Amino acid sequence: MPVDEFSAKTVGALSAREERIRRLLLVMALSSVSILALIILFVFREGLPMIWKTGVSAFLLGTRWAPTKGAFGIFPMIIGTLEVTLGALLIGVPLSLLVAVHLSEFAKPLTRAVMKPMIELLAAIPSVVFGFIGVTVIVPFVREWFGGTGFSVLSASIILGVMILPTIISITFEALRAVPASYREGALALGATPWQTAIRVTLPAARSGIVTAVILGMGRAMGETMAVIMVAGNAVVIPTSPLHPCRTLTSNVALEMAYASGDHQKALFATGVVLFVMIFLLNLLAGLLVKRR
Amino acid sequence: MIDSATRPDSVQRVSATATVSTTAAEASSAARYNARYNRLGMSIARLTSFFVTAILVSIVGYLAVRGLPRFSPGFFIDSPINLGREGGIFPILVSTALLALVSLVIAVPLGIATAVYLTEYTREGHLTLVIRFGAECLAGIPSIIFGLFGFMLFVVSLGMGWSIMSGGLTLACMVLPTIFRTSEEAIKAVPDGLRRLGYSLGATKSQVITRIILPQAKNGILTGIILALGRVIGETACVIFTTGISMEMPKSLFDSARSMSVHFYLLAREGTSIEMAYTTAFALVLLILLVNSGANLLMQSAGRR
Repeated sequence: MPVDEFSAKTVGALSAREERIRRLLLVMALSSVSILALIILFVFREGLPMIWKTGVSAFLLGTRWAPTKGAFGIFPMIIGTLEVTLGALLIGVPLSLLVAVHLSEFAKPLTRAVMKPMIELLAAIPSVVFGFIGVTVIVPFVREWFGGTGFSVLSASIILGVMILPTIISITFEALRAVPASYREGALALGATPWQTAIRVTLPAARSGIVTAVILGMGRAMGETMAVIMVAGNAVVIPTSPLHPCRTLTSNVALEMAYASGDHQKALFATGVVLFVMIFLLNLLAGLLVKRR
Repeated sequence: MIDSATRPDSVQRVSATATVSTTAAEASSAARYNARYNRLGMSIARLTSFFVTAILVSIVGYLAVRGLPRFSPGFFIDSPINLGREGGIFPILVSTALLALVSLVIAVPLGIATAVYLTEYTREGHLTLVIRFGAECLAGIPSIIFGLFGFMLFVVSLGMGWSIMSGGLTLACMVLPTIFRTSEEAIKAVPDGLRRLGYSLGATKSQVITRIILPQAKNGILTGIILALGRVIGETACVIFTTGISMEMPKSLFDSARSMSVHFYLLAREGTSIEMAYTTAFALVLLILLVNSGANLLMQSAGRR
């Protein structure tokens, strides 16, 4: 940035007062890193000993969760989280890509000016409200059309699929807009239709942005709590059909935190540790993919 | 942004489809096919967009239809009666406002200071990399983990108990990256000439920042604050573990309280009163949509300048 040539280094040595201000700002700037460190410290300090005590494989791969009887296996919750996240992506990603392509490539400026803020507002609706809509609308819908109780992986996937739409649409939209116009012009000049141009030239060119968008959406789906709790049924079983109920890592913590104590509470922190590591790896992956481009 | 390897590849593929046919008859049938395919694809994209936009409208509409019958001034200024089955949500509104106030009072200075330090005081290097990485990780952490953290640090270790203070501090940690990012974007957008102008007039660094840069970046920074406010109001998972669920009017910041979204969650989940749940949900969504539309307008006016 050209700012640098006129900042601290060239304007001359900072006066004592200015230097104090600089130090104060530095300390404040370190707050996010310190908070991250504190989160790791406090959550891991409670959770990790419990994972060692139960045994890493017994904790991660154990299928029995009976905290009052000392059985702490979170395998069903890990599978539940993965299934619900995958379901949300299957529903959310195709919809998001179509919407982003429409808004960025085909829509009239007026349509875009109206639709884009509305879709962004969708992101502002609290997750409890999505959960409530899930219980009152989606769960009965699934029960009537697909059978079962309606509290299921499918219901949770639908709700999460809608919740991640704004995230994926916004980032994909930005990525599509960043594709130089010359790409589109080249394709059109070769006789490609606007649709072919969008799907075969513009979308592939925006690939890395789209991957970032999907990963961020995935992180949001994985970490979502309140909406999932209300529609997923929360039974500790390994769901083998989309119509089975399931419990995710997040719901496990939220459901039992209110009354847990002792080892039980530590096991919930350990669940948090597993979730944290999963999300962290996902973010790392996103970071690597972004850097590569 | 663009993968240089992508371009020739995709362009080739398109040209291959476009020049597949050689005779004139084949070419015109291919063109018809392409045109039909083109119309189909574009219509599907358009329909999907309308469908997704309709989701927002129908959520708000649905809550309005179910919630409006009980929507009255009394709902906002009365205390809840009988666990929230009747009466209003006044103490809950006050608690929500206090919670938002505490979290923003802490997060806003920290977020702006981080942005100022990164844009005005350093070159890109190891330190900025670490700070950015920290903020990015923080933004990706699920709220339930903030809940666990806030419970352990503020509620238990620091002995604040379930209180507005614990909840506000936890929420401050959660929205810090939002404020930092939007502030940074806004500060970066301030034209460099203005900085030079300031320095050329003999202003010190802190004077340039407080008198030129921050006023110029005001709208962008405010947008971030409003977005953070919306998140604070809508958050449930981490508030429930740190602020508790007391329905009483809080007497101090160290009292347990109940935020609007927690109140709504309890009404809906425990089936206390489904009518009141609809009304509270509508009030909550209306509040958040108002807050966020404000942010949108500000963002647009910031963009125009």
